[in-house]
Amino acid sequence: MRSKYMIVGSSHAALEAATAIRLIDADGTLTLLTRDAHLPYSPTILPYVVSGRSQPDNVVLRDQAYFNDNAIVFVPGATVVSIDPAQSSLRLASGDTWRYDRLLIATGAAPMLPPVRGLTDVPFHVLRSLDDAINLRQAMGQARSAIVLGAGLIGMHTAENMAKADIAVTVVELQSHALAGYFEPRASAIIERTFARNGISMLMGQTLRSVERKGDGCLATLADGQTIAADLLLLCTGVKPNIGFLNGSGIEVDTGILVDDLMRTNLPNIWAAGDVAQARGFWGGKVINGILPNAVGQGRIAGLGMADDAGVTPFAGVVPLNTYSFFGQQAISVGRGSTGSGFEIEECGNEADGVYRHIVLKDGQLVGIATINDFIDAGIMWQLILRGTDLSPVKAEFIANPQLTGRRLMSQTWR
Amino acid sequence: MGKCFSTLQFHTSRCDGCGDCMTACAQAKANTDDQAYSRIHILPKTAGEVVELALCRQCADPICVMNCPSGALSKNGDTGVIDWAESKCVNCLLCTAGCAYAGIVYEAKVGHVAKCDLCDGDPACVKVCPSEAIEYRTAARIFNAYAGKEDMFCRGLSACHGCNSELLIRHTMRMVGPDSVVAAPPGCIPGMGTVGYNGQTGAKVPIFHSLLTNTATMLAGVKMQYNRVGRDVTAIALAGDGGTSDAGFQSVSGAAERNDPILFICVDNEGYMNTGMQSSGVTPYGSWTSTTPVGGQMQGKRTEAKNLPIIMTMHNCSYVATASTAFLEDYYAKLEKAIKVAKTGMAYLHVHAPCPTGWRFPSGITTEVCRMQVRTNFVALWEYDPENGLRFTHPVDRPEPVADYLKMIGKYRHLSEEQIAHIQRTVDEKITYLRQLTVMAATRHPASVH
Ligand SMILES: Cc1cc2nc3c(=O)[nH]c(=O)nc-3n(C[C@H](O)[C@H](O)[C@H](O)COP(=O)(O)OP(=O)(O)OC[C@H]3O[C@@H](n4cnc5c(N)ncnc54)[C@H](O)[C@@H]3O)c2cc1C
Repeated sequence: MRSKYMIVGSSHAALEAATAIRLIDADGTLTLLTRDAHLPYSPTILPYVVSGRSQPDNVVLRDQAYFNDNAIVFVPGATVVSIDPAQSSLRLASGDTWRYDRLLIATGAAPMLPPVRGLTDVPFHVLRSLDDAINLRQAMGQARSAIVLGAGLIGMHTAENMAKADIAVTVVELQSHALAGYFEPRASAIIERTFARNGISMLMGQTLRSVERKGDGCLATLADGQTIAADLLLLCTGVKPNIGFLNGSGIEVDTGILVDDLMRTNLPNIWAAGDVAQARGFWGGKVINGILPNAVGQGRIAGLGMADDAGVTPFAGVVPLNTYSFFGQQAISVGRGSTGSGFEIEECGNEADGVYRHIVLKDGQLVGIATINDFIDAGIMWQLILRGTDLSPVKAEFIANPQLTGRRLMSQTWR
Repeated sequence: MGKCFSTLQFHTSRCDGCGDCMTACAQAKANTDDQAYSRIHILPKTAGEVVELALCRQCADPICVMNCPSGALSKNGDTGVIDWAESKCVNCLLCTAGCAYAGIVYEAKVGHVAKCDLCDGDPACVKVCPSEAIEYRTAARIFNAYAGKEDMFCRGLSACHGCNSELLIRHTMRMVGPDSVVAAPPGCIPGMGTVGYNGQTGAKVPIFHSLLTNTATMLAGVKMQYNRVGRDVTAIALAGDGGTSDAGFQSVSGAAERNDPILFICVDNEGYMNTGMQSSGVTPYGSWTSTTPVGGQMQGKRTEAKNLPIIMTMHNCSYVATASTAFLEDYYAKLEKAIKVAKTGMAYLHVHAPCPTGWRFPSGITTEVCRMQVRTNFVALWEYDPENGLRFTHPVDRPEPVADYLKMIGKYRHLSEEQIAHIQRTVDEKITYLRQLTVMAATRHPASVH
């Protein structure tokens, strides 16, 4: 079997690349291989499947009709186990081999399991695939108590779902505050307090030393010696790129697959994009930032490059971004905090009424902005950072009202 | 062939920030006057700046859609609108991260993201805007209907840079189609090579180069012969204003009087532009031409242009209309009627063709000049038929000063204040006269009041 364009994965980076290829090349053979058994869906939707807000059969991003209309061969249940760049071929777990002219690796990431003693002996959950979500939802139906290890976005979101399902939840986090990747301690405090008020026990600066089986659940021992019994254990301690199958392929990897600004790997005719790719960081280095808009942006660049589009714009670099809803409130974070001297920090709002804003500027340019219950347009802030827009002429206005000032600035660029 | 869609256009220069659009939007979408519910966001001016706008642009290649993890957003292939499905949306706000213009935003009061849906093709904001700052542009319909049709002219017509006549005749003949015969009297249109050879150059349909004086009669005779042999063709004249209003007038007038079944299009560039820019009967007062020079004795043309389209309504034509290439939707509607009418009677279209070479303005602003002709009422867009009388098709109730139009054009550069005031007066008088005609038509035919 052979395909001019071969894409491994069927999530955001893969789907966007397929769209981009079809913009340029309407009929070059195009194949999507994915180890998942389902039609494409987003990992980001999974917390909503867990909560019941979204039905598993209603989260499909592309249906078979789309693939037919766009002459795309979609192959679910196809796990790639090795790649042979010399032969331009890859092998599936089923033993099938496929040949390709151009290959995109968009295999994303998988949950990283923490080094906790006894983990292999207890039942635990992770959340990355639709099947994970369905299993977790089912398990939650029986559970009265749960431990969520890791207070990142996935852990926090799922802990909220569990609390709303009347499960007694304990969140255990090694760092001193929740969502440390996106929010300053003051902002996290607002979020943590909301969680505590909703009956969730927030153990920050803590970790699991060991777990052991207890009935259908587990008994966990924390670093400080206290023990907690729980029916459910959910591990949300970060992710690692799915690159195991690249061993021996000669494709250069660090944490993830190393790519240039056009998402090309070190080998000809092989691209990588999304959570699996380690690309230019906006402020330097090669980084992975496992967020959806990043997968979309990189998938687009890879797809256009694979189809030889002359107009492809090189990747501007990873800028972290997150929009996070909790208990009906909104937290938005774009960019980063200050990392040394020369930064200007403007902080306002008050913790009592749960409104907060934190702006970081350097040399008149926006570096980062985070708000809680103070809506800002994430896309506009993202653009202001990426474009290095000079905010000095409107600095006071921007600090006073970033939403209005940002909208005005971007509207001006439209004409 | 790709597809085009209708869209909202915002003219910041006309917007005074009154916010009526936001109230209308909130009303239409949430039944309230609270502007927090509006999906169009007028951003008030700051000192020295203009009003800005945050509104969904219904992008062709929407990142909000690609960022949506729930499948709630999609680009509608029929309407072009980015549709939002409330039942699928999980309010993760990732769409807002994909938009650089705040076209989809979260408002705490609303409780979910919201975006413009163009009100199913009848936007509430447009209807209430007192200054025409928001327009609903539906020209895409034209592209969808006609872009796939064959161009009835070969490549390589050699009109001057910036001339809108080529645009006009290519559009026109696309709609008229292959079952047609074209008369082209001396003027710019044959001059640019439309009377070609063997379908390899110029027109791909039969075309003949009539005399300045006999176009309408000759065409009517050709049409008669086609009728006699039982072939249904559209007989169409593509003439200049000289070939229509001056030397050509007696034959045009005769054909109109007999209501001969032809479509006569006068492409009015206000003079004899291909033979050295001499003045014609429709050259406006004050214009510099090579026969109405600017010097010690003369300050451009001394007499008024004759109102040729109005004169044509005083004949027995079945249909008369004026048109501008800056308002192609208007033109297409009129052309459609004219083609039908010309099966049995005479249709006369008077289309304005500002001439960069002869009038001396930059070739890149022709369409802007056309637009200003209409926005100042220097050119009024109307249509007439004997049954319904005259009606405006694009009334301009708050016209811009005609001086703003005149200053775009070199042939008016010498005008004195008095001359400009005079032109403003005659424009006002002409529009008043036309208005009276529309009132007459309305009282005669109450049903056609517009
Ligand atoms: C619960 C959860 C919530 C999230 N919430 C947010 C959020 O709010 N905002 C945000 O920006 N991001 C969020 N993310 C992250 C976001 O979903 C990812 O960044 C995004 O899905 C990355 O897309 P991707 O295409 O690179 O990879 P993935 O989505 O990981 O997809 C990888 C694809 O590759 C396939 N695959 C993997 N290995 C193989 C193999 N060997 N052979 C064949 N196929 C293979 C998989 O089946 C899958 O189709 C969340 C993630 C999770 C898990």
